[in-house]
Amino acid sequence: MTQLNELKNGEEGIIISFNGGQGLINKLNAMGVRTGKKVTVISDSFIGGPVTIKIDTNTVSIGHGMASRITMEVER
Amino acid sequence: MKVLLMGNPNVGKSVFFSRLTGTSVTASNYPGTTVEYTEGHMRWKEEIIDIIDVPGTYTLTPTNKAEEVAVEMLTEGDLVINVVDATNLERNLNLTLQLLEKNIPVIVALNMWDETHHKGIEINVSKLEELLGVPVIPTAAIKGNGIKNIINNFNYRNIVKRDYENTEKRWAEIGKIIEEVQEIKPGSHSFLDYLEEWSIKPLTGIPIATFILYLSFKIISFIGEGLIGYITEPFFETVYRPVITKLSLLLGSQGLLHDLLIGQLIEGKIDFEQSFGLLSTGIFIPLAAVLPYIIAFYFILGLLEDTGYLPRLAALVDNIMHRVGLHGFSIIPMILGLGCNVPAALAVRSLESKREKFIASTLMAIAIPCMAQIAMILGLVGPFGGKYVTYVFVILAAVWIIVGLLLDKLLPGFSTDLLLEIPPMRMPSVGTVLKKLWMRIYSFLKEAIPYVLLGIFIVNLLYIIGIFDILALVIGPFLNRFFGLPKETTSALLMGFLRKDLAMGILATMELTAKQLVIASTILAIYFPCIATFAVLIRELGIIDMLKSTLVMLITTLLVGGFVNFAFQNGGITILGWLIIILAVILTKFIPDFNNKKIDIKS
Repeated sequence: MTQLNELKNGEEGIIISFNGGQGLINKLNAMGVRTGKKVTVISDSFIGGPVTIKIDTNTVSIGHGMASRITMEVER
Repeated sequence: MKVLLMGNPNVGKSVFFSRLTGTSVTASNYPGTTVEYTEGHMRWKEEIIDIIDVPGTYTLTPTNKAEEVAVEMLTEGDLVINVVDATNLERNLNLTLQLLEKNIPVIVALNMWDETHHKGIEINVSKLEELLGVPVIPTAAIKGNGIKNIINNFNYRNIVKRDYENTEKRWAEIGKIIEEVQEIKPGSHSFLDYLEEWSIKPLTGIPIATFILYLSFKIISFIGEGLIGYITEPFFETVYRPVITKLSLLLGSQGLLHDLLIGQLIEGKIDFEQSFGLLSTGIFIPLAAVLPYIIAFYFILGLLEDTGYLPRLAALVDNIMHRVGLHGFSIIPMILGLGCNVPAALAVRSLESKREKFIASTLMAIAIPCMAQIAMILGLVGPFGGKYVTYVFVILAAVWIIVGLLLDKLLPGFSTDLLLEIPPMRMPSVGTVLKKLWMRIYSFLKEAIPYVLLGIFIVNLLYIIGIFDILALVIGPFLNRFFGLPKETTSALLMGFLRKDLAMGILATMELTAKQLVIASTILAIYFPCIATFAVLIRELGIIDMLKSTLVMLITTLLVGGFVNFAFQNGGITILGWLIIILAVILTKFIPDFNNKKIDIKS
């Protein structure tokens, strides 16, 4: 298990869970970020910057703090 | 009949809107709020119907004011056209399914249909129609495809009234629908796809951003200077001057009415910059000096918005913005503020916490001069040399950074984290860009001309009654001592409350040195927002926070004005001055944190 902010460019993973309240989950869901979805990292977190991910055809930037609350399963 | 256009942000809703409506488009505020929406009209079967471009929303359980308005508008419409991004069906269906639960007829426009092919997306439209139970029409609004089919469905009035019970069940339903109707094959990577990725990765993105911003700046000054040099000034000199000179003679070249309408003659001639009459300077400032830059700026801004570049910039600067207690998205109000501080103050509302709103509003109002003021700075300070103009901006940038660092340390409360959709890069539609440009120019003219005229009227009145002389006696010595400005500049600072371009215009009538102009331009930008911005900020922040913000502005003005007066010698900031600036930045690091600054995870 890794957190989303630890993933590197080009790495893929599946969202396992969100470590936060219902508000956070709703916000992420509305942007298409949901558990069970496969994620590809387009731009990894660069000195505390956001992580930009691709889910299917959808691209989303997630701040470093929020990304650290998203638990991923990564095959390496 | 009222037709509502609803959809997620970045689905091409506004292109759709401009395809449907004619030229009679108005931007209005939703009653009781400052949320802006656009309304237009079209003729349909002998009937004039209203088309409303509802603010973009991802969900009907609102997370901010703009989304609340979107939900409220639902009760007023006869039909919803749900504009859906076909290349992003899954996420977009979340809103669609929520709309189907409401008591209103819905038709779905499967927009960006033309892009699905090259992205390797296949959607079974008739199947989707069957599963949703409402008409689904593929469209490519940017090319005008499918719009007719949408209009043919305007009399659709069936209500499906679904009930998915809760969010989880709704997503489960979406999952099922997607499985049945959509197939994604790995598409080929085009050059644009690579460019999209490069523009987000910091290593390539920062050079790209620098290049784009530099280019934007160059184009804006090229268009602005060009319009002034070849169109507005020649027009005023060759067409307008003879007319107004005749009027001046008719009025007897002097007297109260002449002074009010034409102003003072300079060496026997009307001087558009210095005469300061309603019909001379009052018309010249907004139309000849400022409008060209307004056109140039909003043209470029429209292009940046419609290509989908701005969210990428927001992601790139997220890191820097966190240092001042904001996140990347706050770059948008800052950029808007360069056009006019009013829409920027409105944009601040989409930030979540009170603390973020306060910081963003204050930084925007304090250190971001609007295009009207910038145009006047270029016109007034520019002739002394480009470096003086640069100094004004360098000082303002330093103010932005230092005040931002301090506010982040001292303000209680929490900041939130960036969560932003990065839309694909797209070729902007010329029609939409021009329509938006026209709306912005129109609202500038509507605001600027009456205020400038009113301001000039008041200035003349106060001069005639002698109020300015009294004020110059009272406040003047202080200005002189602290900022090194002549006591007459009191009137400019006073009029800056009304409009900054007007205040700069007053400075033009005085013989100021380059240094004095740099100081005056800087403190005019910092000390107080213009009255229109102030009114919006009071509504947005509340009176108490606005007073606090004003206090920050006044203190900053004193410190910065005094500092520049001290540190600006022989046409530049002295080494000691630079040292003080750097020291100030470093010192903020040692201030203890007064807040937990925790990223809020509940809301």
